[in-house]
Amino acid sequence: MKHEIDTPASLENADRRGLLKAAASVAGAALAGVPSIGFPQIMKRDFQGITLRHIGVSYAVQREIGEQASKDLGFKIEMQNLDTSASITRFVTQPNSVDIADMEGWQVKVAMARGLLQGIDSKKIKEFDGILPIFTTGVYEGRKISRQGISPYEVMYTDGPEAKKIVEGQQPWLTFLPQVFNADSLGYRPDKVGREVTEWKDLIDPKFSGRAAILDIPNIGIMDAAQALESRGDLVYGNKGNMTRKEIDITINALIELKKKGHFRASWSTFEQSVELMASGEVFIQSMWSPAVTAVLEKGIPCIYAPVAIKSNGKEGYRGWCNGMSLMKHLSGKKLEAAYEYLNWYYSGWQGAYVARHGYYSPVPRTAKSQMTSAEFDYWYLGKLAADIIKSDHGQPIAVVGSVRDGGSLAQRFSNIACWNTVMDENQYMVQRWNEFKAA
Amino acid sequence: MTPQHKSWLQLAPLTLVLLLFVAVPLVFVVIVSFFRSDGFDTIPAFSLENYTALLSSSLTLSLYLKMIKYALMTWAVSLVVGFFVAYFLVFHVRNRSVAIGLFLLCTVPFWTSNVIRMISWMPVLAEQGVINSALLALGLIDTPLRILLFSDFSVVLAYVHLFTIFMIVPIFNSMSRIDRKLFEAARDAGAGRFKTLMLVVLPLTNSGVVLGSIFVVTLVMGDFYVVKVMSGGGSASVVSAMYDNVSTLLFPPAAASAVILLLILTVLIVVLTRFVDVRQELVQRS
Repeated sequence: MKHEIDTPASLENADRRGLLKAAASVAGAALAGVPSIGFPQIMKRDFQGITLRHIGVSYAVQREIGEQASKDLGFKIEMQNLDTSASITRFVTQPNSVDIADMEGWQVKVAMARGLLQGIDSKKIKEFDGILPIFTTGVYEGRKISRQGISPYEVMYTDGPEAKKIVEGQQPWLTFLPQVFNADSLGYRPDKVGREVTEWKDLIDPKFSGRAAILDIPNIGIMDAAQALESRGDLVYGNKGNMTRKEIDITINALIELKKKGHFRASWSTFEQSVELMASGEVFIQSMWSPAVTAVLEKGIPCIYAPVAIKSNGKEGYRGWCNGMSLMKHLSGKKLEAAYEYLNWYYSGWQGAYVARHGYYSPVPRTAKSQMTSAEFDYWYLGKLAADIIKSDHGQPIAVVGSVRDGGSLAQRFSNIACWNTVMDENQYMVQRWNEFKAA
Repeated sequence: MTPQHKSWLQLAPLTLVLLLFVAVPLVFVVIVSFFRSDGFDTIPAFSLENYTALLSSSLTLSLYLKMIKYALMTWAVSLVVGFFVAYFLVFHVRNRSVAIGLFLLCTVPFWTSNVIRMISWMPVLAEQGVINSALLALGLIDTPLRILLFSDFSVVLAYVHLFTIFMIVPIFNSMSRIDRKLFEAARDAGAGRFKTLMLVVLPLTNSGVVLGSIFVVTLVMGDFYVVKVMSGGGSASVVSAMYDNVSTLLFPPAAASAVILLLILTVLIVVLTRFVDVRQELVQRS
């Protein structure tokens, strides 16, 4: 908290935050109007009538988190969900209808190019020094993180409160505050596949013809395809997150060939669809998100998130992504202050514990830890043997004592990222070719 | 105020609404279709490259061919189903209130959302769905039919389910306005039931058929969601390609594609309406 005591304003903020914690602990009583302590009530009146609209995709912007935040903070947080494309379109076309935009790294690049954001003052973020170095310095577990695609580190910093351009390397001002992240891989049904899957090439293995599915969001679906082709040894990409036209052609032609052979049973574009395909048995192996695997397990159906750690030959690796919160340009005055309160609340632990139980990670594990049992934290973040039955957020048991999380610990996953979600320079060409694959 | 002024005044509100919410946005779409895009931003310009790219791409052709295929299949099935449902309601149900009741029953699917109706097909058509389980139990097949779901079949099935009502309504409307005396005359002249259907009913419901066809065909051509879900993402449509463009903020190519689709649909509707006098259709003949 040392860097916060430089101006009276931030001193006041720091005080508020301290009190906020106290307020949270007695939230029930305070909300019921029992004046257990006076100050938090004054603080709450300060922000009375304020509503913050936090908008983004459903897996990052969750209603339950907004409800908890509203309860703890005393002003209203409204969570609105749109799919990836609809949300970026909304930020671009109606920026004033959004207060906090929830975006992935590549979307930050788009938003910055259009001047939609204001810089976030990192000094006002209490837990800033608790953020994992994956994001703040781009180095993790002694390894530089992959720069294929658009890494969160690459787009995280800006030149000042005006947020005119993205600046690489640590700066006091931020474009977005990472809030939830994960590594995507393949998911498979062990009962149908019958062996362990640790390589992307299994996605295009003829053995699973008619039983495979691929992600149908062009900019990331093509990366899953690229991982598979690289794994099979078809070619080595210069940058899977920013392909040349020739690389795009090779990838799409291979996909079309596979499709003509009837390899793909379907392709999916939403979380729920991927769960349904797997649970119904239509598909045995597909691009999949870790929490979708959890959702299949919750139905009592076996499903494994393939541990595709980088091999000694440099192949394989996960596709990483990270969603973060950005402050829209129009925020000012009380509303801006409230937004900072909210950002700090986000890092205070409740959200970190909540998303962990869904299979995601918070960039500030140390606060999340305070809100989880040690068995939970060890299982979800550290990849240790479950010391207790691990339950999902809905109370469904999803791991028995002694089992271990697929893909291992956070460190194991994130020191094995091959590429990040992206938008390519040749995006327009890629989208057109992707549609040729769809229409084939 | 002259009567002429009065009618202008009466027209004004609708004209304004149409100008503001239909004409102006369309003009914007047309303007943007000439802009350029660099992947991150849209750059105002006057460039024909969006159009040349679209019109010279084999993708456009294959998307339109696919769309026409879906439109024709859906049109044919919904026409047959729609015609006979309307025929039954108008000529076979004697009691008028029963007919109206049954007609309302046809609209029941519309009390739920498009999405739910469509997704409810999944448990029916899936590998372990109702149809496959039934066929397996009856011993008619020994491996589940996989063509039922995520195929052209399932796409057209969903379209027919969703859009047949738009065929029923105008045909029902035309049929119920056929003068019953014509049937007596036909019978007197020696026509049987089939001949009456062909020579009396069909020509007089022509306009309803054309109107219904316009609805069904335009709905199919404007769809992206049904095709996406029911084909399991295995098929694309003109609009879904547009959607993929918009999703990465490639507005200008999407706008150009929209303009082309709009032109094609306009031509289609102009041609179809040559066969029907919409104005006549809306006036109550006594």
